[in-house]
Amino acid sequence: MSTTAPPAHALSDVTASDSTLRRFLHGLPGVDAVGLEARAASLGTRSIKTTAKAYAIDLAISMVDLTTLEGADTPGKVRALGAKAVRPDPTDRTTPATAAVCVYPDMVATAKEAVAGSGVKVASVATAFPAGRAPLAVKLADVREAVAAGADEIDMVIDRGAFLAGNYRKVYDEIVAVKEACGASARLKVIFETGELSTYDNIRRASWLGMLAGADFIKTSTGKVAVNATPANTLLMLEAVRDFRAQTGVQVGVKPAGGIRTSKDAVKFLVLVNETAGEDWLDNHWFRFGASSLLNDLLMQRQKLATGRYSGPDYVTVD
Amino acid sequence: MASAFEYAPAPESRSVVDIAPSYGLFIDGEFADAADGKAFKTVSPATEEVLSEVARAGEADVDRAVRAARKAFGKWSALPGSERAKYLFRIARIIQERSRELAVLETLDNGKPIRETRDADLPLVAAHFFYYAGWADKLEHAGFGADPRPLGVAGQVIPWNFPLLMLAWKIAPALATGNTVVLKPAETTPLSALFFADICRQAGLPKGVVNILPGYGDTGAALVAHPDVDKVAFTGSTAVGKQIARTVAGTRKKLTLELGGKGANIVFDDAPIDQAVEGVVNGIFFNQGQVCCAGSRLLVQESVQDELLDSLKRRLSTLRLGDPLDKNTDIGAINSAEQLSRITSLVEQGEAEGAERWSPACELPESGYWFAPTLFTGVTQAHTVARDEIFGPVLSVLTFRTPDEAVAKANNTPYGLSAGIWTEKGSRILAVANKLRAGVVWSNTFNKFDPTSPFGGYKESGFGREGGRHGLEAYLDV
Amino acid sequence: MSEKSEKVEKVEKAEKPEKAGKPEKAERLSVFKTYKLYVGGKFPRSESGRVYEVTDSKDDWLANAPLASRKDARDAVVAARKAFGAWSGATAYNRGQILYRVAEMLEGRRDQYVREVADAEGLSKSRAAAQVDAAIDRWVWYAGWTDKIAQVVGGSNPVAGPYFNLSSPEPTGVVAVLAPQESSFLGLVSVVAPVIATGNTAVVVASERSPLPALSLGEVLATSDLPGGVVNVLSGRTAEIAAPLAAHQDVNAIDLAGADEALAKELEIAAADNLKRVLRPQPVDDWSATPGTDRMTAFLETKTVWHPTGSLGASGSAY
Repeated sequence: MSTTAPPAHALSDVTASDSTLRRFLHGLPGVDAVGLEARAASLGTRSIKTTAKAYAIDLAISMVDLTTLEGADTPGKVRALGAKAVRPDPTDRTTPATAAVCVYPDMVATAKEAVAGSGVKVASVATAFPAGRAPLAVKLADVREAVAAGADEIDMVIDRGAFLAGNYRKVYDEIVAVKEACGASARLKVIFETGELSTYDNIRRASWLGMLAGADFIKTSTGKVAVNATPANTLLMLEAVRDFRAQTGVQVGVKPAGGIRTSKDAVKFLVLVNETAGEDWLDNHWFRFGASSLLNDLLMQRQKLATGRYSGPDYVTVD
Repeated sequence: MASAFEYAPAPESRSVVDIAPSYGLFIDGEFADAADGKAFKTVSPATEEVLSEVARAGEADVDRAVRAARKAFGKWSALPGSERAKYLFRIARIIQERSRELAVLETLDNGKPIRETRDADLPLVAAHFFYYAGWADKLEHAGFGADPRPLGVAGQVIPWNFPLLMLAWKIAPALATGNTVVLKPAETTPLSALFFADICRQAGLPKGVVNILPGYGDTGAALVAHPDVDKVAFTGSTAVGKQIARTVAGTRKKLTLELGGKGANIVFDDAPIDQAVEGVVNGIFFNQGQVCCAGSRLLVQESVQDELLDSLKRRLSTLRLGDPLDKNTDIGAINSAEQLSRITSLVEQGEAEGAERWSPACELPESGYWFAPTLFTGVTQAHTVARDEIFGPVLSVLTFRTPDEAVAKANNTPYGLSAGIWTEKGSRILAVANKLRAGVVWSNTFNKFDPTSPFGGYKESGFGREGGRHGLEAYLDV
Repeated sequence: MSEKSEKVEKVEKAEKPEKAGKPEKAERLSVFKTYKLYVGGKFPRSESGRVYEVTDSKDDWLANAPLASRKDARDAVVAARKAFGAWSGATAYNRGQILYRVAEMLEGRRDQYVREVADAEGLSKSRAAAQVDAAIDRWVWYAGWTDKIAQVVGGSNPVAGPYFNLSSPEPTGVVAVLAPQESSFLGLVSVVAPVIATGNTAVVVASERSPLPALSLGEVLATSDLPGGVVNVLSGRTAEIAAPLAAHQDVNAIDLAGADEALAKELEIAAADNLKRVLRPQPVDDWSATPGTDRMTAFLETKTVWHPTGSLGASGSAY
């Protein structure tokens, strides 16, 4: 068992033991799947036009964690990504920069150089991403390396096997340990891989588990499985951060990742944020999109708003 | 809602619908003025703008319409069911094709948000015709005998809260079973029924099978009382329903009534809380609460009252009230000045009787008929707002301690139309549902409608069922 | 004589000019249609590369039809199985809309089918038209059944105990359908529509002698919003294709309408291997007579669900 002291807040007693933690998580209100999805779909019918759309697109661009997580990543690819993050649209300097670039740990130093001085953060996946199937020591080393290389943010994966087996305390301890390895400088995003947790009840429990353990962000997915971010699972996580702050005063961010490819989708997620967690989360300190192709679609929509004509893929940079 | 993310106006285009300056009665396939030349204006409740002037049917017109329907009945009822089916399928398809136009029209005439007419009313209208179309040639399979026969001429009177949907609920089963109809839409919302007359024309429906008579209560009374009407179907208030029951007493007329309600939404302590909040909001604020099956009483288990009310209030603060044609509007206008004054007076009575009134910060437009979403807490069974149907965006919150108490309170009303149960425990849902004296019980959802599903009330909420296989019975001589 | 064989004669005449003549205004040469199988929403030729000659009632050549092999049958089963989840999971309303769409699309191509049915069955134009009209109306009839059959054959059961008990029909799965040999179109529609109305998917073996209306039906199904794979149409030797279908372990049922007595028995024996639901050939005098529900119920399972309702009437309430 970890010797790390859990974060101090109003709910710290629930993590005192495996059984208190289990009782707490299983005591959370259930989620009715049909009702949740209906609510998400209903918010998806909001019609965001003109000035609201311009605001939403710029906000969405500023929230992108521009991501490359391929075995074939090279320094060249990462440098190009960094340049894109800093100046997404070279033809229009009013375009905001993205929030961060997100890379594997061995690319952190390269990424850091590429975005130096821009305010764009470098996020690194760690803890044996995406499977998370490695000994804790390896995972922690992964995190420390990334932080040492200058990562501003760590995107860890939870041990889904332990979670599904009901070993909540093991998952909790790992998050606490990783949080400690992040030190004071790096913010921690905790990825649940919602597609593998499978049920909404599990996603709600994982959200509270992550927040109790000190997550700065809770994140849906790795982008490496069949089902990634959906409006419904993101809505559910937004409810969790809203309720967590109401109970503890601690605000936690949300990051849907994977599968968000169009501006229309991104705007729908912002509507979810606006009408669920509220405007306090409408800021890239508290909400992110884990995405790669989304950015170019946002840029094309932005060009459309500026010029009145539809843009095409030849008018945004391919990196 | 004050927010950095202000939704710009997103109005649905009015140009998809072309409203004529005046409309006649639709009798025997033709539009005609009222015999006595009377007409009335229909206004948009959101702006008080006059939309059109509509002929007002009198007794002579009712007689002419019933004769037309009688004349058409012979051939229509003799058609093979498969041919009647195809007329109804045509109508269903034309409604689907013209649904945006009809949605905008309905929003203009009724005041309800375009989001609702577009996503709820119109899809349900088309689906209802589609469903009953399929029954027209399958009546021998419906469980009412080998060759069930139609009744004849149906006189139908519908309300203003779902004008076209209530028309569909009335006309689709009547035609499918081989009856002909004379239908009176409500005086504040006659337009979609008149557009429906045009759809009948496009579908090539034989003359006289559907007749539409706009008018006030006197028109409806004349229709119900007409000696050559074989079937009366009414949706509206319980008071008028009782009057109609007296009118048809001692005649051969078959009667179905779909009347008022005071639905209880029962939230147990193990409910899926976020979905329950959505369901409670949908239950009472859908269509500004002008729904007979609205969940106008919230019965919440005392142990989760505070948590639920906090969530509910937070959620109500995000409701967007305003221009019903704006695609982002959640709460539209109250249908009429008369209805607004009824809501206002009942709410004042609630305050006077000591219930605690709450509304979110909410700016009401200057013209038109508006009422802010309203909660009453500290309500007991004795309060008027817990007993009378308000038919507006007003929710009365009561508490209970045990399931038995919840059931007792839910049933403690002369009405019996709808109820909701919120709990994650299946056996509790089924046990409570068993004990509720209500025609529709929703669990972990609310205000769901489907053409395959029968709808109707217990007790003073009326009798007979509309929708589903059961809905055929009202129009068959069985 | 069919329109097509007249054209053939004209072709022959045109190809033997006595001497080079000056261009004259010749009658236009028609374009023949290559008839193909319909499998998984696509129109492949037989994988065997074989075709057979299809002739009209006077033995004049009409077209070459694919002579499907056992491998085509196997592919069709794979396609039908793949389509089963989404089709059986679609709402009954949705299935009804699609079946009605089939009727709409057929109405628009009525003349084509009248010609094909007249050719195939040696009928006059007006008698062929009656067959086609009845076939179109048959789709409308079954479009209306999709959301009613459960209300007619399902329902709640008043069991003697505190239980909710509900029986509902469910589609059995992939159904092999041997279309009637004589009624090439009305008979075909009358056996295919009831199978898919309830949510099954079908592998249809067309009338061996007159497969062309069936192969053309695939073109209408492909443009009626019917998902690919819900209906798959094979042409060829009924006995050859039916044998592997009857023995196939991933086929749930078989309609033997198009099999003669001997073949039907043989196939029923093969079908016993995985206890397929078998609909034996029924004598049909008049395919245009209003069908009952038998062709639907033959391929439905009944599922009964029990659930406690809690104790009723006891003073200490158990709910």
